[in-house]
Amino acid sequence: MAANRSADWLPHAILWGGLAVVAFPIYLALVASTLTTQQIAQAPMPILPGPHLLDNYRDALLRGGIERLSPPVMAMMWNSLLMALVITFGKIAVSIISAYAVVFFRFPGRMFFFWCIFITLMLPVEVRILPTYEVVSDLGMINSFAGLTVPLIASATATLLLRQFFMTIPDEYVEAAKIDGAGPLRFFRDVVLPLSRTNIAALFVILFIYGWNQYLWPLLIVTDQNLDTIVVGIKKMIGTGDATTDWNLVMATAILALLPPALVVVLMQRWFVKGLVETEK
Amino acid sequence: MQRKVIFNNKLLPYLLLAPQLAITAVFFFLPAGQALFMSVLMQDPFGARVEFVGLENFRTILADPDYIASVWRTAYFALAVTLLAMVPALLLAVMADRVVRAAALYKTTLVVPYAIAPAVAGVLWLFMFNPAVGVLAWLMRSLGVDWNPTLDGSDAMALVIVASAWKQIAYNFLFFLAGLQSIPRSLLEAASIDGAGESRKFWTVVFPLLSPTTFFLLVVNIVYAFFDTFGVIHAVTGGGPAKATEILVYKVYYDGVIALDLGSSSAQSVILMAIVIGLTFMQFRFIERRVHY
Repeated sequence: MAANRSADWLPHAILWGGLAVVAFPIYLALVASTLTTQQIAQAPMPILPGPHLLDNYRDALLRGGIERLSPPVMAMMWNSLLMALVITFGKIAVSIISAYAVVFFRFPGRMFFFWCIFITLMLPVEVRILPTYEVVSDLGMINSFAGLTVPLIASATATLLLRQFFMTIPDEYVEAAKIDGAGPLRFFRDVVLPLSRTNIAALFVILFIYGWNQYLWPLLIVTDQNLDTIVVGIKKMIGTGDATTDWNLVMATAILALLPPALVVVLMQRWFVKGLVETEK
Repeated sequence: MQRKVIFNNKLLPYLLLAPQLAITAVFFFLPAGQALFMSVLMQDPFGARVEFVGLENFRTILADPDYIASVWRTAYFALAVTLLAMVPALLLAVMADRVVRAAALYKTTLVVPYAIAPAVAGVLWLFMFNPAVGVLAWLMRSLGVDWNPTLDGSDAMALVIVASAWKQIAYNFLFFLAGLQSIPRSLLEAASIDGAGESRKFWTVVFPLLSPTTFFLLVVNIVYAFFDTFGVIHAVTGGGPAKATEILVYKVYYDGVIALDLGSSSAQSVILMAIVIGLTFMQFRFIERRVHY
């Protein structure tokens, strides 16, 4: 049947078109990161990879961008990784215990505290830029790793997701634990934590990407080059005049900046989709 | 919403909540309160005197043609990003829902941009459309298009819109695909038996059933365009040329951090907060509907 034939190739054609649009900017960055500055400047640059892959990445990783305005990319990647991991595990740790408190205990102010956490969803950094900066500055946390990470560790999203999961843990488990004489901390460690494994994996993916990709906050808090993260640092490698930009190094840095979160998403795809869909419920 | 069996400690729950609440109080509520407070104060240029001025700051910014221009610019930007991120995502999701072969490959590749930082996405697009070295800029020039985002405001706007939308397609694609896959196959088969073609099936069965997802994504995309695109704007255009891409969130940053106009920046922050709160409420309303359908 003719209709079935067309239904067969059309979706694939459209999907390939979509893939091309999605992949092209990344492909071009990859190619540019294997060329010399001169090759790129000759416009249009070659669209097949050149032989300078190793040189460019070594140069970017060990020496940094134009006029040394940015530190070596390796140092920035290390800062990004540390920041992303501290934010991720900090958020998970802080959220899992507060969700546990809200679900498994009854105490005065429980709903009030829950709403306090919930409401932070409505106060992203972007809407309180200056005063947050001032609070951090009053605490002497400007240009410090703590200043970079601690203010971002509260998480309504993670608390809501874990709370929702904790509600589904059967009452019988709690009863059994009580009969066996296990207290709340023991129950948390031996029952709740192991049961939460997939939820924690899902949160890990979402929060790692969130942490690694932070932009506005490091931009405000860090003026010390030694604390620069790769996502903020890459902009400093782009000169205002076109001639001064080593685009091959910038593109090598772009690839290095997108590789860790992209790998996390691709390798942990199953948990990622689960986390994404469930945190939005 | 309540468990029947619980633990009976008095102190422990407070200890467990303490870290989260401490961070929330110090870094969320205190600054938000201060933004509210500062929005009704005016500081002289040397920071020596502070004066209570009531709603004066709000009156000033709402009467400021620059601010109003930024409001309209943001609305235009958000609408364009939302459309450009949602329509292709829906098309791709519908296609991905139909194919069996290579479905995993499509899915994996299409979600990658979600992981890329807005600023990095911006840099990738800046490179392609850079008037001196960009491949696509060169292509446009050879087609006779006069293209220069560093000088022309609408070119710059087009560039940040496309870069922002590109990054968000992945997110919309995943949610549309999940929505499509939850539509009962029997409904589609019934429509087929009644003789409906693919496009008719889509508009009369699939699209209406997908509307909760669509509304939800509409809100999420508007929030994204309003706030999360800061990195794109900052890295690609810096709000320029001549403020042509200065959306509200960039203006708060610029007026507060660069121009150090505290009263105005705080008042702008308060307005943005009101917008987020409104959008968040809408989001939760739609989610509730989604749960019921």
